[in-house]
Amino acid sequence: MKSRARLVAGTAAALSAALVLTGCGSKSDDGGESSAAKGCVDTSGDSVKLGFLNSMSGPMSISESTVSDALNLAAEQINAEGGILGKKIEPVQEDGASEPTVFAEKATKLIQSDCVAAVFGGWTSSSRVAMRPVFKSLNNILFYPVQYEGLEADHNIFYTGATTNQQIIPALDFLKKEKKIESIFLAGSDYVFPRTANKIIKQYAAANDIKVVGEEYQPLDQGAWGTAVDKIVSTKPDVVFNTINGDSNVAFLKAYDEKGLDASSIPIVSVSIAEEEAAAIPVDLTGQMTSWNYYQTVEGETNSAFVKAFKDKFGQDRPTSDPMEAAYTSLWLYKAMVEKAETFDVDDVIDAAGGISFDAPEGKVTINGENHHIAKTALIGEVQKDKLIKTIWSSGEPIEPDPFLKTYDWWDPSKE
Amino acid sequence: MDVVISQAFTGASYGAALLLIALGLSLTFGQMGVINMAHGEFLMAGAYSAYLTQKLVTNADFSLVLAIPIAFCVAGLLGLLLEVLVISRMYHRALDTLLVTFGVSLVLQQAAKDLFGAQAKAVEAPGWLDGQIPVLGYRYPLSQMFILVLAIACLAGMAALLKYTGFGRQIRATVQNRDLAETVGVSTRRIDRLTFFIGSGLAGVAGVAVTLITATESTMGSEYIIWAFLVVVAGGIGQIKGAVIAAFGLGIMRAFLTYWTDGSMAVVLTFLIVVAFLQLRPQGLFAVRTRSLA
Repeated sequence: MKSRARLVAGTAAALSAALVLTGCGSKSDDGGESSAAKGCVDTSGDSVKLGFLNSMSGPMSISESTVSDALNLAAEQINAEGGILGKKIEPVQEDGASEPTVFAEKATKLIQSDCVAAVFGGWTSSSRVAMRPVFKSLNNILFYPVQYEGLEADHNIFYTGATTNQQIIPALDFLKKEKKIESIFLAGSDYVFPRTANKIIKQYAAANDIKVVGEEYQPLDQGAWGTAVDKIVSTKPDVVFNTINGDSNVAFLKAYDEKGLDASSIPIVSVSIAEEEAAAIPVDLTGQMTSWNYYQTVEGETNSAFVKAFKDKFGQDRPTSDPMEAAYTSLWLYKAMVEKAETFDVDDVIDAAGGISFDAPEGKVTINGENHHIAKTALIGEVQKDKLIKTIWSSGEPIEPDPFLKTYDWWDPSKE
Repeated sequence: MDVVISQAFTGASYGAALLLIALGLSLTFGQMGVINMAHGEFLMAGAYSAYLTQKLVTNADFSLVLAIPIAFCVAGLLGLLLEVLVISRMYHRALDTLLVTFGVSLVLQQAAKDLFGAQAKAVEAPGWLDGQIPVLGYRYPLSQMFILVLAIACLAGMAALLKYTGFGRQIRATVQNRDLAETVGVSTRRIDRLTFFIGSGLAGVAGVAVTLITATESTMGSEYIIWAFLVVVAGGIGQIKGAVIAAFGLGIMRAFLTYWTDGSMAVVLTFLIVVAFLQLRPQGLFAVRTRSLA
């Protein structure tokens, strides 16, 4: 009944929301053109439905189920504080099944049948790209929690993971300035993120006197890395830049270890190996580097509270990772956006987004109203013996998101 | 020259892993004509057996060796179960078997995910497989040499079984002419079941070997099953010597193609070459000579 009291307190705000949103106070089932565009979000009760869309089956479930856990933790905590605008979050979980088309279908279902106010999820770039037209045509909001290849800014999507100038470029700056590298070897899975990341790396390298001595790809589901590692042995780069995704990393690092390479001979910088993945690689990774915006070991009260709450809920052996933190943060950012807009109306919430800050476990993050990404601090980490990752270098302050790399004069998207 | 040697070895190691997987398949698919899409999941069962053995024994130096017979039995029993419950009811219905065993493979994948969790499991390599030994100037990783030795041992074991034991003769008799074999008193049903047990068990052994190469997780079988079928088809159905040549041929070809192009292109080119080869020789490298009248 506490929520009932809160509802009364929130009525003034809700009232103005109802005035702005014609037809919002009552649920409409006719599914006609206008209601589809407006959405059928029902906020007349004491709860609001939010969609969590993660792969709970298929090869991506390994990673995405952890994102769902983080979202559920955030929802629980927000509800304990009284919800959003006095309304409890009612999560509707859907399974994207590691298939982009399923993501698009389920997003449509969440928006049209479940009438959710916003959706949180997606992991692979193909899942995001598949959902993009759905959110545009049905005018709803997607919060996407994973670092990605950038070069995108959508009115209906908020990107709470890093874009390239918050992850790839800081890693290159670190390698150039701190490690003084002169040559680099690129190893990646064969799909859009590694291909785009490597295009950026090659242009950066050309402008900064770094020699790219090799570029190797393997299909996502294949693990025959032996030959590529032979090439690393023979080209002797100063560093390997690893954009391999998923379990293929295990095969790559086993081959690396087998051929006698390690962090002291040729170090690797990885952008897709977080705590969870590191723990599943039965190879000594001590000293290998990663580039992310969050590690479980980040210092500060907000993070220790987050880590403790997560472990209490899901088990002491469960690590917290960057995409999980970004998903957790995205729900809190949504709460702040709605409370600033004082309504759940999609257009008003999107308009209210610019400048909203949140004291996240990774540190302070701020939404950029122009490109819908968030300012984040870049952290280079070093894998420890216990497979946790320790920060060894930080950009010091949040880096403004620049998904199209407009502020980098060496970048030419038309050039290969 | 360095490149030739290093890629020959890298390719041979990959070929050895393929051979281990294809050996079992050449028994069940080659000799019995059953297209078993769940063969890759027996490999996965073998890999998880290695993981569980390591959990129980904890000493990684010892557990990998111990895991080999355990994985053989676990995967073999799964195969036997599949044969008795499903496949025996649909011999000579190739398409039905294909679909049903594909369904079984999905069930097994999901079962593994529910039992062990979605996160990949780490199986540690034993300490005595650390390091490399120099061969012809190439530092050959011991763990890859182990896979090669294991594949050769399994191959020798199977060849000896088929050639010198009464059971082996019965298998060959059943393959060459089932009706005639029955007439002289061979229980072909019993032979079918035993063949399936051994073929699936070999996939389990392959699973233990594969833990040295890649992650142990529920979908790991699907990466290898296509390659294994490729080996069996290119080598000539039912031909062990064909499978040996095809496995090493494909492995080494893929390694060199990867060296000259890149990993993705190498997969495409390897498949193209196999398709072209099968156009010229649809029966594969070696054709089985049966004595059936059909």
